[in-house]
Amino acid sequence: MGVKFLDYTLRVGGEAGQGLQTIGGALAKIFSRKGYHVFTHQDYMSRIRGGHNFYQVRFSDRKVLASRETIDILLALDLNTVEIHKNSVKEEGFILYDSESIKKKLEGTQFIDIPFRKIALDIGKNSVMANTVATGAVLGLLDMGLDILNSILRTTFKEKGEEIIENNIGCAEAGYNYAHSNCPRCEAFGIPEPEARKLLLIDGIQAIGMGALMSGCRFYSAYPMSPSTGILNYLASRAEEYGLVIEQAEDEISAINMTIGASFAGVRAMTGTSGGGFSLMVEGLSLAGITETPLVVAEMQRPGPATGLPTRTEQGDLLFVLNAGHGEFPRVIFEPGTPKQAFYLTNKAFELAEKYQIPVFIQSDQYLGESEWTFENFDLERLIYNDYRMREKDLEGAEEYKRYKYSNTGISLLAVPGEAGKHLVVVDSDEHDEEGHIIEDSETRIKMVQKRLLKKIHLIKKEIEAPLLYGDSSPEIVLVGHGSTYGVIKEVVDILSKDRKIAMMHFSQIYPFSKKDRFDYIEFLKNTDLVISVENNATGQFAKLMRAETGFEFAHQILKYDGRPFTIEKLKEEVDACL
Amino acid sequence: MPASEEYKGQVPAWCPGCGNFQILSAIKQALAELGIEPWEVLLVSGIGQSGKLPHYMKCHTFNGLHGRTLPVATAAKLANHSLHVIAVAGDGDCYAEGGNHFLHAIRRNPNISLFVHNNQIYGLTKGQASPTSARGMHTKAQPFGYLSHQFNPLSLAISQDCSFVARGFAGDPEHLKELMKAAITHKGFSLLDILQPCVTFNKVNTFKWYRERVYKLEDDYDPYNQIKAFERALEWGDKIPSGIFYKSDKETLEEMMPTIREMPLVRKKFSPEDIKHEIEKFY
Repeated sequence: MGVKFLDYTLRVGGEAGQGLQTIGGALAKIFSRKGYHVFTHQDYMSRIRGGHNFYQVRFSDRKVLASRETIDILLALDLNTVEIHKNSVKEEGFILYDSESIKKKLEGTQFIDIPFRKIALDIGKNSVMANTVATGAVLGLLDMGLDILNSILRTTFKEKGEEIIENNIGCAEAGYNYAHSNCPRCEAFGIPEPEARKLLLIDGIQAIGMGALMSGCRFYSAYPMSPSTGILNYLASRAEEYGLVIEQAEDEISAINMTIGASFAGVRAMTGTSGGGFSLMVEGLSLAGITETPLVVAEMQRPGPATGLPTRTEQGDLLFVLNAGHGEFPRVIFEPGTPKQAFYLTNKAFELAEKYQIPVFIQSDQYLGESEWTFENFDLERLIYNDYRMREKDLEGAEEYKRYKYSNTGISLLAVPGEAGKHLVVVDSDEHDEEGHIIEDSETRIKMVQKRLLKKIHLIKKEIEAPLLYGDSSPEIVLVGHGSTYGVIKEVVDILSKDRKIAMMHFSQIYPFSKKDRFDYIEFLKNTDLVISVENNATGQFAKLMRAETGFEFAHQILKYDGRPFTIEKLKEEVDACL
Repeated sequence: MPASEEYKGQVPAWCPGCGNFQILSAIKQALAELGIEPWEVLLVSGIGQSGKLPHYMKCHTFNGLHGRTLPVATAAKLANHSLHVIAVAGDGDCYAEGGNHFLHAIRRNPNISLFVHNNQIYGLTKGQASPTSARGMHTKAQPFGYLSHQFNPLSLAISQDCSFVARGFAGDPEHLKELMKAAITHKGFSLLDILQPCVTFNKVNTFKWYRERVYKLEDDYDPYNQIKAFERALEWGDKIPSGIFYKSDKETLEEMMPTIREMPLVRKKFSPEDIKHEIEKFY
């Protein structure tokens, strides 16, 4: 295939309900267990049946961080998939299909006609197993063996009994052999065995969920909304094992108020939603602000306005989340670039939320949320856990507790109501005095604003890390991104660095902006010939924020607002046009 | 047993003669008579004249947003079910702004009490109609008289098999106190709607107006009959019944949540070490 490194892209396409996620998910798991690095991304419509969806899996013997436009193997479960994607298949690539199912015989060297359905009926006695045949066929094409697939089939169908398992294994094997023996050019793949290594395969949503678990989150309340629902599903699936309380709220207003209620009562709590649901949460956010209740919110972006494109991706809510909530109060916004960053930043979100008694956001989007990446490991030693809550023993002998006692740092002791002996915890959404009771006088108001906002923000700013710099250390070109564009920008920098001095500057700890004492990133950008901002939205929200916070103006902006993520080819094309 | 004086908080900022004073006094006495200490009770209130009540007491207090008392109270109970949690709301607060939460609190059935100060008017915003205002009532905001039909919280709650449904009257604080005690000790979500005259803005539903109409349900009244309870809840006009209309004994939300059966969520120790093996599932 003429590539220096092994780097293949497989696209599984078909209608909603045809099992694309099952096939794509299984193949991604098989590749990663084999030891290949994997990157997957999902492109699907907001419907349960019909339409056109695809699941893309890129695998390689080196790290892969984004999707390609061109593909090596297309597994087409319907005719529509062939028509939409055949031009993306490389000349030497393959299109796997079943002429009987799509009722059309296709001519050309790329096409391999495999009777998925017939094999399923003959061997599995059930046409449902056509997907198992197809999964086996892909592996046969790649000559990758069936051991991992068989073990996945055993786990998946454990509940269904031995016969179903054996039939599925038979179908996988028949598909495998059929593809293997009917593929004249298959040796072209020449897939070398990868290094023996253990890789974890995880998407952004799972990383946020696991980050929350390992930070001591015990309460999650949400109303289902794509693409945030995965966090609810993940944590619900772990509720029994880790003793969580998961409550599906009647609406997002309730979800955020429940989360605040649980946090007030002493439990680490999180809520999650997408832009539309967050619109309903805004009043509650402000409540967390004035009551100084620790709060973590996962805001998974999808394109708006209103219902927008429910299953697609955009970075369109940054300034909304930044400015949400009436009144002035501190907040922190993280927008991770990888599942690994999502994991650590979720942990940091819980730490900062409780340390400073503020709302902290993990903002992400459908693209990162539902893209699986492989990693050699997550360093669990890096996890931070400090319990800032005061209980009876912590307050022994203390004077009468005041929830909002003035202090040099602006931080007051956070007591757990009912668990702090006879100390009473009084909080109020009205402006209040140190004890938490309603006041209206200007003197107390000024002191409270200084306490909960002005004193804290200096300290919070010190917690924020500078943006990450990757590539040439004295570059002529810098691509600046935030959040989910990390992977694609990094890959484009790698490609272009062969001919140019180029680097990436990536922001994941977005707000407040970090101090410049350790790395003056603004000075660095000012000394660069060409600085390009890359954003998945129409108005360059991060660029606006950057100008507002630092005065820095980008000379060029690359903006994408079609509801789809950047691919390597498209971003490179856009960058080339700026050069 | 604590004296009701131990619950004394700040000086109330209500209008002289307000029905809220009797509610405040009844709640303090009810808690004292039940032997509940101030640090064992959490009052969650919203916004409106009722929302200020916890400040005039001594207990744990969450004075949150207008209409949002029940989500906060429900979650606080889930987080620490050893606390007595009482949500204090107004008619606008609970039946208008928080109507959706009211429906779903009935369905969830947490073991919390909801005391609604129902004065059939908006007091804090100075005299607009509330969901429980009489149809035809003229206010500054209802120039053609109130066109909506009057909301009946009791019949709604009974129709949804709410675990405990009662009505009290601020003008009969002794009876009100007993109803509060019954609501607090009832296992499940308990609604106590309290007729509370607003002496400043509601010139129709006055102490006198209620005194002429409010009577107590009979001693032999059976609160476990849902159909009968529904019928009695529809009585409104010349005669207004008070007392415990309906009871339905069922499992509470906390009892059904298996992860908090052994101890309150807030008391469970956490160590990241206990969860680190979670990562193995992703290999």
